[in-house]
Amino acid sequence: MIKLTIDGLPVEVEEGATLLEAAAKLDIHIPTLCYHPDQNVKANCRICLVEMEGNKLLVPSCSYPAQNGMSIRTHSPKVRRARRNILELILARHAQDCLHCDRSGTCELQSVSEEMHFVKIPRYPYVARSAESDHSSPSVARDSAKCITCGRCEYICSEVQTVHALSKTGRGFEMQFRPVYNRPLGESICVNCGQCVQACPTGALTVRDETQVVWHTFADPGKTVVAQVAPAVRITLAEALGEPPGSISTGRMITAMKRVGFHKVFDTDFTADLTILEEGTELIDRINNGGILPMLTSCCPAWIKFCETFYPELLPHLSTCKSPQQMFGALLKTYYAEKLGILPQDILSVSVMPCTAKKFEETRPELGRNGIRDIDAVLSVQELARMIRSAGIRFDTLPDTPFDAPFGLGTGAGEIFGSTGGVMEAALRTVYELVTGKALRNIDIKAVRGLEGIKEASADMNGTHVKVAVTNGLGNARKIMDLVKAGKTDYHFIEIMACPGGCIGGGGNPIKENAMMTSRLDAVYRLDKELPIRKSHENPAVKALYEEYLGEPNGHRSHALLHTTYINRSGLLE
Amino acid sequence: MLTETRIVLRNMDKIDPVSIMDYKKRGGYQPLRKALAMKPQDVIDQMKLSGLRGRGGAGFPVWKKWSITSAAPGDKKYVICNADEGEPGTNKDRVILSGDPNSVFEGMAIAAYAVGAEKGYLYLRREYPYITPILEKTLENARGEGCLGSNIMGSQFSFEIEVVSGGGAYVCGEETALIESIEGRRGEPRFKPPYPGVQGLYGKPTVVNNVETLANIPVIIERGGKWFSEIGVPNCTGTKVFTLCGNITQKGVFEYPMGTNLREIYETHGGVKDNFDLRGFMLGGQSGNLINAGQIDLAMDIDSCQHAESVLGTGTIMVIDDRHDILDIVENIMSFFIEESCGKCTPCREGNIRIYEILKRINSGQGCPEDLTLLEDLASTMNVACLCGLGQNSSVAVITSLHNFTDVYRKAIERGQRA
Repeated sequence: MIKLTIDGLPVEVEEGATLLEAAAKLDIHIPTLCYHPDQNVKANCRICLVEMEGNKLLVPSCSYPAQNGMSIRTHSPKVRRARRNILELILARHAQDCLHCDRSGTCELQSVSEEMHFVKIPRYPYVARSAESDHSSPSVARDSAKCITCGRCEYICSEVQTVHALSKTGRGFEMQFRPVYNRPLGESICVNCGQCVQACPTGALTVRDETQVVWHTFADPGKTVVAQVAPAVRITLAEALGEPPGSISTGRMITAMKRVGFHKVFDTDFTADLTILEEGTELIDRINNGGILPMLTSCCPAWIKFCETFYPELLPHLSTCKSPQQMFGALLKTYYAEKLGILPQDILSVSVMPCTAKKFEETRPELGRNGIRDIDAVLSVQELARMIRSAGIRFDTLPDTPFDAPFGLGTGAGEIFGSTGGVMEAALRTVYELVTGKALRNIDIKAVRGLEGIKEASADMNGTHVKVAVTNGLGNARKIMDLVKAGKTDYHFIEIMACPGGCIGGGGNPIKENAMMTSRLDAVYRLDKELPIRKSHENPAVKALYEEYLGEPNGHRSHALLHTTYINRSGLLE
Repeated sequence: MLTETRIVLRNMDKIDPVSIMDYKKRGGYQPLRKALAMKPQDVIDQMKLSGLRGRGGAGFPVWKKWSITSAAPGDKKYVICNADEGEPGTNKDRVILSGDPNSVFEGMAIAAYAVGAEKGYLYLRREYPYITPILEKTLENARGEGCLGSNIMGSQFSFEIEVVSGGGAYVCGEETALIESIEGRRGEPRFKPPYPGVQGLYGKPTVVNNVETLANIPVIIERGGKWFSEIGVPNCTGTKVFTLCGNITQKGVFEYPMGTNLREIYETHGGVKDNFDLRGFMLGGQSGNLINAGQIDLAMDIDSCQHAESVLGTGTIMVIDDRHDILDIVENIMSFFIEESCGKCTPCREGNIRIYEILKRINSGQGCPEDLTLLEDLASTMNVACLCGLGQNSSVAVITSLHNFTDVYRKAIERGQRA
């Protein structure tokens, strides 16, 4: 153990602990900006500087290791002076428009300024880092004038996701983080996962807002505004509204959405179940008839663009199933419109997602028919939370409301789509029973659960030893894809989710740190356990839809509505 | 009148730089042979005895640096010669490398033997491309004679040296930025600790020494650490290679014992030209100190300079006569650092340009007394808060000129306020 004193108080820490960690042990808070608990140490913002006895230079507490006998002062006059001068330099380059910033209230720069009681006007004239405001991406908006060049976005994009869409350009005063090859973000290799938004301490990277079109359409009496809500949303919405991570709010969420103005609120769990039947049938067909294996899941639009860009030669491995969002959209604009006897263009099809890439997916030209989009607007969890707040609804005391029919029934299998391993577990629950004709005794398939980057499992199905893998985070996807490309795997089926932790870690959720992920994950499986039906093929509403409208899984109509094609985007790399 | 004490410059103009025979005739590579017969720890002990401190500017004891790397665990270790001589006005490393490259290579080999490295890099300033062929030819000749390469002089010790061209950035003279540059990334400094001695090139223990430091090493091995320690002043032993530039009559590179008086150096080389008066000195390059003519009685060694709130740095002495305005010089220095800041840490990225703006305001008669407070406030923050030596020292010229040329600032502000 290392013994040192901080602000006169003795403390013991493990060897290798930083001064920031040692201070935290004493409940001494040191302000930080470039520091992020889930990232590498950068030590570039210099806000966390502390004074070390016997040292002329101040040292960054985020990087400096605690050593025996050190005497540290965290808010001496020398520290305070330097810290305030540095903050002043940052503020003199940061857009002065907190009042109408998306991150007002959750901005780390704002909270550091507040903590340090920095209430004066900087002594330097304001110079924008860049006048560039990039709204080219359907998912992520960039406002360089709010960037403090901490580098957290680049780290998550390059080191965790291995996408390398953002890069440091320019030097000195001109240095900034920009999309590579000087392209607008929307024309870049960005896969729209939104993890950079989760990492950004300020409003420099935000989720593109689509609430306005929804608010406007509420006022149009000729339109039916229909929402579908993804499995993860009921797990993280309450958190976005101030409750602890892992607070499940399904019934309150539906009540709030009805009060906000949605005419119908449906459950994407329903099409998650539908996905399992389509995808499961496709898998069985590929295994039995010598199709291309391993088959790769296709419900994550960030992963799809990643595959289209970096592994176009592996596109035939992707399941042809649309994502649950897009299956839902297709059914709304065909079956549901017909059932209601209204024109598909009179439905505003809104989906509420934990995801920013879904905003990109809705724009894919192949997903619609006759010029009518299947999805008209995608709202992130954060946008729905904002709508609820701005409608003046107090969320914590709301009563419950059930989802609307006919797409209101989802199973536990559909619900667990929200976490990494969930699609695989749901698929195995169904495929095992379809192939063997036997009931699965233990349906909790723990091998594919949890936050580990790469997980494996296998199951014996009538003599076929089915091997599966599950990955989350695109850096892990890249590792697996390199093996698949080299022919070095014998998996039959691989689930891939772009975001660390799966959809509950998606870019559209409230800003997270990894420490919150376990609570969100536990909530997903708690909900699964509570649901009366836990296997997709036992969903009576799904069965009814096949009987009434779709026919067989992978049948003619299913193919037309529920399956899709992919695009080789490797040209983006040139 | 001073006469030079040539240790580092011992072979200057006496040999064909690339000729291994010429170098050997003057005793070259005998020190390496001698070192190879010693235990590595004994080599380090000789360095300790010599008191040699780094000549790149920071003055860290060489034996300490080597001991850290020697003790650090690692399957591979590296020795890097920092030849990214970037301080404007400094030419000593260029002169050493082009005049006697073997002395540096031999120093690297001895360092490598002492710490257990088998691979070395010489990181050459981008603006010195003409030296590359000299270095390559010298390496080829030395390898041919078995003085470098595999099983040097029949021993078990092998050491390869590779010449790497710098990226053209001043900040790459900072050892961790230099390492990043060799690794193929943006030349940006790393935070320390961990220091390169423990975790340097490719994460391995790495000794980074300056050209002049390394050129001293063969002589120390040959004549012993004790002999070396008697040159110069206590705690600051040996000689220093100074670059004289600016308004001095005789410009050039000269070697004097540590502790030599600045006035003597100045007078030996002719002072300022007739009809002009001495205004002051810029010591240690752009990142160094501005002192006034009255501060000329200064012992030129690392500690004395530091005690006088000055800096020896790279040993550059820029003489300023009364044709030049101090504010113009400081403004020019800041424009250099605006150019050369890598942009990684906040105070350097944002601070240099702000200082420049304030200086420009004062210099153009738009300044106010509060500007002096702001200058001091910002410059002293950068001095203690920046991530690397570049940012920590970029404002030293401002701080020292505020102290040593107070009147210049005061008058510029008064002039502006009267107008």
